[in-house]
Amino acid sequence: MTATLLQVIAGGLLLGALYALFASGLTLIWGMMNVVNFAHGDFVMLAMYTSFVVWKTLGLGPAASVPIAALVLATVGIVAYFALVRHVMRAPMIAQILATFGLALFLRYGVFWYFGANFLSLPDNLVGGTYDIWGIRLPAARLLAGAVALLVTAGLHLLLTRTMLGSRMLAVAEDEAAAQLMGIRPHRMQAVAWGLAAGAAGIAGALISTFFYISPTVGETLAIVAFVTVSLGGFGSVPGALVAGLLIGVIESLSAYWIGAVYKDIVTYSLFVAVLWLRPQGLMGKA
Amino acid sequence: MLSVRNLEVRYGDLIGVADVSLEVPQGGMVALLGSNGAGKTTTLNAIAGLIPASSGRIDFEGEPIAGRPAYAIVRKGLALSPEGWRLFTQQSVESNLRLGATPLADKSRLPDLLAHVYEIFPRLAERRRQRAGTMSGGERQMLAVGRALMSDPRLLMLDEPSLGLAPAIVESMYETFGRLHKAGLTILLAEQSVELALEFADHAYVLQVGRSVLSGPAAELADNAEVQRVYMGLG
Repeated sequence: MTATLLQVIAGGLLLGALYALFASGLTLIWGMMNVVNFAHGDFVMLAMYTSFVVWKTLGLGPAASVPIAALVLATVGIVAYFALVRHVMRAPMIAQILATFGLALFLRYGVFWYFGANFLSLPDNLVGGTYDIWGIRLPAARLLAGAVALLVTAGLHLLLTRTMLGSRMLAVAEDEAAAQLMGIRPHRMQAVAWGLAAGAAGIAGALISTFFYISPTVGETLAIVAFVTVSLGGFGSVPGALVAGLLIGVIESLSAYWIGAVYKDIVTYSLFVAVLWLRPQGLMGKA
Repeated sequence: MLSVRNLEVRYGDLIGVADVSLEVPQGGMVALLGSNGAGKTTTLNAIAGLIPASSGRIDFEGEPIAGRPAYAIVRKGLALSPEGWRLFTQQSVESNLRLGATPLADKSRLPDLLAHVYEIFPRLAERRRQRAGTMSGGERQMLAVGRALMSDPRLLMLDEPSLGLAPAIVESMYETFGRLHKAGLTILLAEQSVELALEFADHAYVLQVGRSVLSGPAAELADNAEVQRVYMGLG
């Protein structure tokens, strides 16, 4: 009984690390320029298809698909910034919502048109095996996904807080005009933020695809998890996204275990509403 | 070195600056005087490229810079310490200073410039790890000036460096500006405190509702009856 419970919690933490990874991209873009990217879930979806194509054409697993998806999605993010987002940044909120929502629909139905609506999946043995750690049995695919997600999220945080590039990005986030007086080009830093955020979504998507079905609408479900994670962790905070991601992963797993998998979303969204009601700035956000 | 001719800046239908002309010679220390709302900050922001000039000419070292973005202008050697400091409050003192060095073409000069700024403001060296947002007003002013100096400018613009500071701090701040000026730095400063600015500057311009109405050597302006009556509360 205890071993089962520990296994459920460990599984939740591994899933939560993935939530943290793609939510940190969403929170980065919000923190940099107060834009909510409604296409973020579809970035993850696009990465899952990239991973599928890498397997289908090259026969390769996550060792190849993770870096390839990261590069492909980072490119998509930067192109989306220059072609679309840059032009609506000063526009009213509704224009920003429609622009990123339009991008989401474009990606979703572009994939739908090209790959069809059928659910795809990678072979189970692509990342085969199960590990036994102190009596807790964990599938290798999830262990790999959780560990890589945790490392990349931590790396993103270090990049922002410990490097000159991160310092410049935070400077643009805090005061764009003052950053310009330092010789920093705000557009360049914002493009980098889109590249990093989409790249993080790319890594998350390639990892998720090793154990989850792939469909054109899968991004919708994932985007909602990301929004819950970001609002729970506090908008703009990567450490907040990490803590909130892990928490949501564990809560989902526990409620699936105790109440049933069908009802786990009810618990997650109840939590979401409760957070918005009691602590709208999130667990680690500033009031 | 810097020449501004018939500068006009509009904010929609509002006119921020109607007609300002000024010259800053190489090695000069020029003061821009006037009451609140006279257009001092708008003038400096337009020179720095933060707001577009709607008409007029701005030349820096013989090159027209009006219409260039702010990040390109600071790379030419023209730095602004803006009104209200505009520090990156979430980052450390040293991070703020390092950000100030972004325009440097040769990044290997960064350690020397950092040491130079810490020598000018030893207080900043003591607080290098502190978050900028937690410092006192005087320390923030030091950091704003230090950050602008990190780009190794040939012309430093200072917007209201005495605003909101205790008199003793203002005095020592101006002594520092005087030393920087003597060491060869060209300075253009906007100041409400006319008496103080005229004591340190060698030339001054008086702005009134967005126009430069009076100019001359600082000593002459200090003796001008009109300036004494309106700005210094004398006579």
